[in-house]
Amino acid sequence: MGRFIVRRLAGMVPFIILVSITVFMLIKLTPGDFVSNYAAALAAAGETVDDAMLASMRSRYGLDQPWLVQYWDWISGVAVGDFGYSFQWQQPVSGLIGERMGLTLILSVSTLLFTWSVALPIGVYSAVRRYSIGDYLFTFIGFVGLAVPGFLLALVLMYVGVSVFHADVGGLFSSAYADAPWSWARCVDLAQHLWIPIIILGTSGAASLIRIMRANLLDQLHQPYVDTARAKGLSEFTLLVRYPIRVALNPFVSTLGWVLPNLVSGAVIISVVLNLPTAGPLLLQALLGQDQYLAGAFLLLLCSLTVIGTLLSDILLALLDPRIRFQ
Amino acid sequence: MMAGGLATASQAKLTWLRFRRHRMAMVGLGIVLLMYLVALFAEPVAPFNPDKSNARLVFHPPQMVQFFDGWAFSPHVLAYRLARDPVTLQPRYVADGSRKVRLRFFVAGDPYKLWGLFDGTIHLIGPENAGDTVFILGADRQGRDVLSRMIHGARASLSIGLVGVSISLVLGITLGGLSGFFGGRVDWGVQRVIEFIISLPTIPIWLALAAILPKEWSPMAIYFTITLIISLVGWTELARVVRGRFLALRGDSFVTAAWLDGCSQGRIIFRHMLPSLTSHIIAAVTLAIPNMILAETALSFLGLGLKPPAISWGALLREAQNVQSIAAAPWLLLPGAAVALTVLALNFLGDGLRDAADPYAH
Amino acid sequence: MPTNPILEVRGLRTYFPLGRRVLKAVDDVSFRLHAGETLCIVGESGSGKSITARSILQIVGPPGRIMGGEILYRRADGSVVDIAGLGAKAAAMRALRGREIAMIFQEPMTSLSPIHRIGWQIMEGLLAHKMMGRAEARARAVELLRQVEIPQPEQAVDRFPFEFSGGMRQRAMIAMALACNPRVLIADEPTTALDVTTQAEILRLIRRLQQAHGLAVLFITHDMGVVAQIADNVLVMRQGEVVERAPTAELFASPHHPYTIRLLQAATALGMAAPPARRAAALGAPFLRVRDLSLTYPAQARLFGRAQPPTQAVKRVSFDLHEGENLGIVGESGSGKTTLGSCLIRVLQPSAGRIEYDLRAGGTRDLAGLDRVGLKPVHREIRMVFQDPFASLNPRMTVGQCIGEPLLVNGLMQGAALAQRVEKLLGMVGLGGDVAVRYPHAFSGGQRQRIVIARALALDPRLIIADEATSALDVTLRRQILDLLLELQPELGLSFIFISHDLGVIRYFCDRIAVMHRGEIVEIGTADAICAWPQMPYTQRLLAAVPEADPARRGLLAEGMG
Repeated sequence: MGRFIVRRLAGMVPFIILVSITVFMLIKLTPGDFVSNYAAALAAAGETVDDAMLASMRSRYGLDQPWLVQYWDWISGVAVGDFGYSFQWQQPVSGLIGERMGLTLILSVSTLLFTWSVALPIGVYSAVRRYSIGDYLFTFIGFVGLAVPGFLLALVLMYVGVSVFHADVGGLFSSAYADAPWSWARCVDLAQHLWIPIIILGTSGAASLIRIMRANLLDQLHQPYVDTARAKGLSEFTLLVRYPIRVALNPFVSTLGWVLPNLVSGAVIISVVLNLPTAGPLLLQALLGQDQYLAGAFLLLLCSLTVIGTLLSDILLALLDPRIRFQ
Repeated sequence: MMAGGLATASQAKLTWLRFRRHRMAMVGLGIVLLMYLVALFAEPVAPFNPDKSNARLVFHPPQMVQFFDGWAFSPHVLAYRLARDPVTLQPRYVADGSRKVRLRFFVAGDPYKLWGLFDGTIHLIGPENAGDTVFILGADRQGRDVLSRMIHGARASLSIGLVGVSISLVLGITLGGLSGFFGGRVDWGVQRVIEFIISLPTIPIWLALAAILPKEWSPMAIYFTITLIISLVGWTELARVVRGRFLALRGDSFVTAAWLDGCSQGRIIFRHMLPSLTSHIIAAVTLAIPNMILAETALSFLGLGLKPPAISWGALLREAQNVQSIAAAPWLLLPGAAVALTVLALNFLGDGLRDAADPYAH
Repeated sequence: MPTNPILEVRGLRTYFPLGRRVLKAVDDVSFRLHAGETLCIVGESGSGKSITARSILQIVGPPGRIMGGEILYRRADGSVVDIAGLGAKAAAMRALRGREIAMIFQEPMTSLSPIHRIGWQIMEGLLAHKMMGRAEARARAVELLRQVEIPQPEQAVDRFPFEFSGGMRQRAMIAMALACNPRVLIADEPTTALDVTTQAEILRLIRRLQQAHGLAVLFITHDMGVVAQIADNVLVMRQGEVVERAPTAELFASPHHPYTIRLLQAATALGMAAPPARRAAALGAPFLRVRDLSLTYPAQARLFGRAQPPTQAVKRVSFDLHEGENLGIVGESGSGKTTLGSCLIRVLQPSAGRIEYDLRAGGTRDLAGLDRVGLKPVHREIRMVFQDPFASLNPRMTVGQCIGEPLLVNGLMQGAALAQRVEKLLGMVGLGGDVAVRYPHAFSGGQRQRIVIARALALDPRLIIADEATSALDVTLRRQILDLLLELQPELGLSFIFISHDLGVIRYFCDRIAVMHRGEIVEIGTADAICAWPQMPYTQRLLAAVPEADPARRGLLAEGMG
């Protein structure tokens, strides 16, 4: 098992490096740089633009260096926790992203747990009671859940919130706690607000996981080893839990590899709609405003988050399935 | 030995017979065909010019179509007039029972140029008098007809699905096919690329890519670039399906037999392997289109995809971005319903196709 | 039998409603089973023998249902329960499963849970029936593994099924079935997926345990040889019905029902005792000379992983093939026989050695060194027939297109001439020309194999390599296909390399036999010599393990064999 984890960890390193290069290239592909943007803004404001000042800014930010040098400067800073400087906010990126990435993580992980805890029992029910009314109902809800984009669901909930409950469903905190330091009361406030984005974000994931679990379990239900266990005299329930569900869990767990990227993706856009203080809105702003290092930090961290999630799912899978461990 | 019809039925025919048994898939097929027909003939189908604004009809509410006037079949709507709320003094639209706007099929209305080629004025449905307005699904912030805008928006949204899927398909078949046919190093390389792309969160990447686009580009250039961006991420699933099937087929003895029969590599791929793949590919493609449509909607909604004056369902939904406008005009969410319905229909269709293509998979 | 039967089945009917049709999988089946008795139910695929067995434990999968009849089980205290009257999920039914009546299944690979340890799967039944505590159950699991002769049972108890070979898995399965000391053991084709030597070991093990515990055994099989070796009484089933029942000796001596007679004829013809169908004729010169042919899969080096050692699938194989000769290559799974066949026709690239082949037009080629282009003329003369008749025909081409493909792509014929040739080929394999427009899905396994043979014959080949070409077929069909090939051989001037795990088929069909074991040919000689006077110990073991379809010659279960 130790060897397996080492192997997977070693495999992750080139992945993360590749991610960082990809992200940096995306940043660099944007036409112009911050200084030329800045110059354009100055010119638009009618001020004179001093070429010498621009050149000194470029050298201060390292923008006059070759591509690789810039990448190296950036990535070696990232390695020690220095994500560079946000031009828009005029402060270090690390200070800006800390809490927002934390909240993104909380939102993604709790949505994941929500997704699993909903999809697992429903998937099992649908498979065991195949072609029952409940199965058809859940299947249909699942299809609809897949078809409705998350942000649309958020908009509809917002409309319902405003027109029926006269309440704003956006945000993660009450106004009293929005800028307050962390406290128990603030956590409670967070929990009270968190469930709406969790449901919105988790719906489509849950819908597809239900279908996956159902299909997996249907595959397993008629495997010969189930008959073997049945012939031993186990009760139907014990049988179901110990064998087919247990085996069907493995491919289910391995879906983490793509569910997590989807959640992180979805969280970005839903956060914009619901105005959540997570990575999404700030990333969008940074991208639109060409605040390159801020955007880069978010992109890198979001991508790393999913890569680490995939790694965790692989380890979990190896724990669950001896066949993978022994490979 | 089966007698008669079934015995001489080709696999394509058998697949179609199996597909026809899926009722929901047939319904899905009907809806999808209808949607694409509407998108194709958007100009004559839409009752009005989607860009015709009217400052006096801002946020005009939807008007219910009544089909009978007394006992006579005569579809019409009740006209609305603007009144002031006696308490809040806010302007409000109220139904005016005295005035009916009659609707006619194939009626002359706003002039248009179908596909930019043919001039016309005939609309599938519209008010009897060309000057009247009818807002079956309400009006937007500038008093434009939401129904007409949705019908025109279908063109961009639905075609992005098709174009994007075609690009994905070319990429997916080429790379997945290479990977599956040759195996070995090629396969290893392609697999790592696919794993890499799958593990990236797509929306942040799309956002970053979309942010690169120069703002001064024409809507057409933006349209194609956005499609390209979406399919750059979307091809992986198709590649995986193609590769998996290729690998499975490569081991089938009928492919070995074809090689021993003296078939060339090309003939093995195109005569023996690809025909067995087509139904799977069609199913995978059908299931990929919804993702493309959803991606375009999301990007345009965030302001990074198609921008006005271009019309797409995502761009239309941008109008409904804040609570105030949704509260004032909830019908602005209707393009979202169109997205959901299309995606739902395509998913049902794709599922049915997949089951029909591979009856033993489940 | 003087005592009361332990299990009595009366008029059992198990049906599968399929849409508007009802499949009568088991229709009015009755039999009695006594303590210490072995009752064999024998039949070909689709005869309902397995469903009968499953009905007794009520584990027939949906949509199958027991529609009528009685399954009377007599407990040790003399009380009788009608299993057919119990619900499939009833506690009373569960109390019987495993505890009173245990079952072992065909596929040792898929019949054990892949993710649970062997020991746990054995203990589970003990715990479910609350017979003992956990520690005691574990000790019993170790003891059971020892009883079924699994080496180092203390370690084996913590292993996973995928760490075991097929035979070991089947032993573990038997240990599992015996855990609760059941009185009836139902064995559903328990040795079908195993090699013949392993089969002999498992059959001996079952017999020994039966004697030790006084078990009543209900043994389901399709193999008349196995029946002859182990059964006390036999039930012959066909399409859900019992066509004949008799004590074993009586059934083999004087079968009554025509189906039984056919079954027995096929089995004895392909058995070891009957005279072979083919006598070594005067052979021509050798036209295929294989010298020191080897295929080694290189070691798989892995970063941070256990390195896989290189595997030698084929080791220095040499033999000659003469004009008009049928060479049989026999071996158990993993012996390298299929790999050898693939090397000969160059689906695989051998890593060393020569395959010298004399082209019909003259000239000798070393197939081992030929490239794609060089192989083309060779592939016109050497053709292949595959094991799985379902996978070897392109489902999207008509039968006519499948057969005509080699003629078409080699530019030999097209249009009307092609159609005519296809019709002729179909006639040769006993199918009407009108089937050319049909698709393969319209044909049964035996018919498909005929189509595959027609395709192989299309190019007037000189040599056909048949890899387990009859293994997927029922025994009666097997013989028909072999006879068809033998009939075609003289007029077409064919030679065969026939690869099979089934010594009976090889002996029936071949002039010479090469015995493969772990990648090597351990013995090669004429069919008569190999079968009558095997020289090498492995060949002797292999021959001794073949169950003979003759109850008078029960050598298989003799202790001390192998």
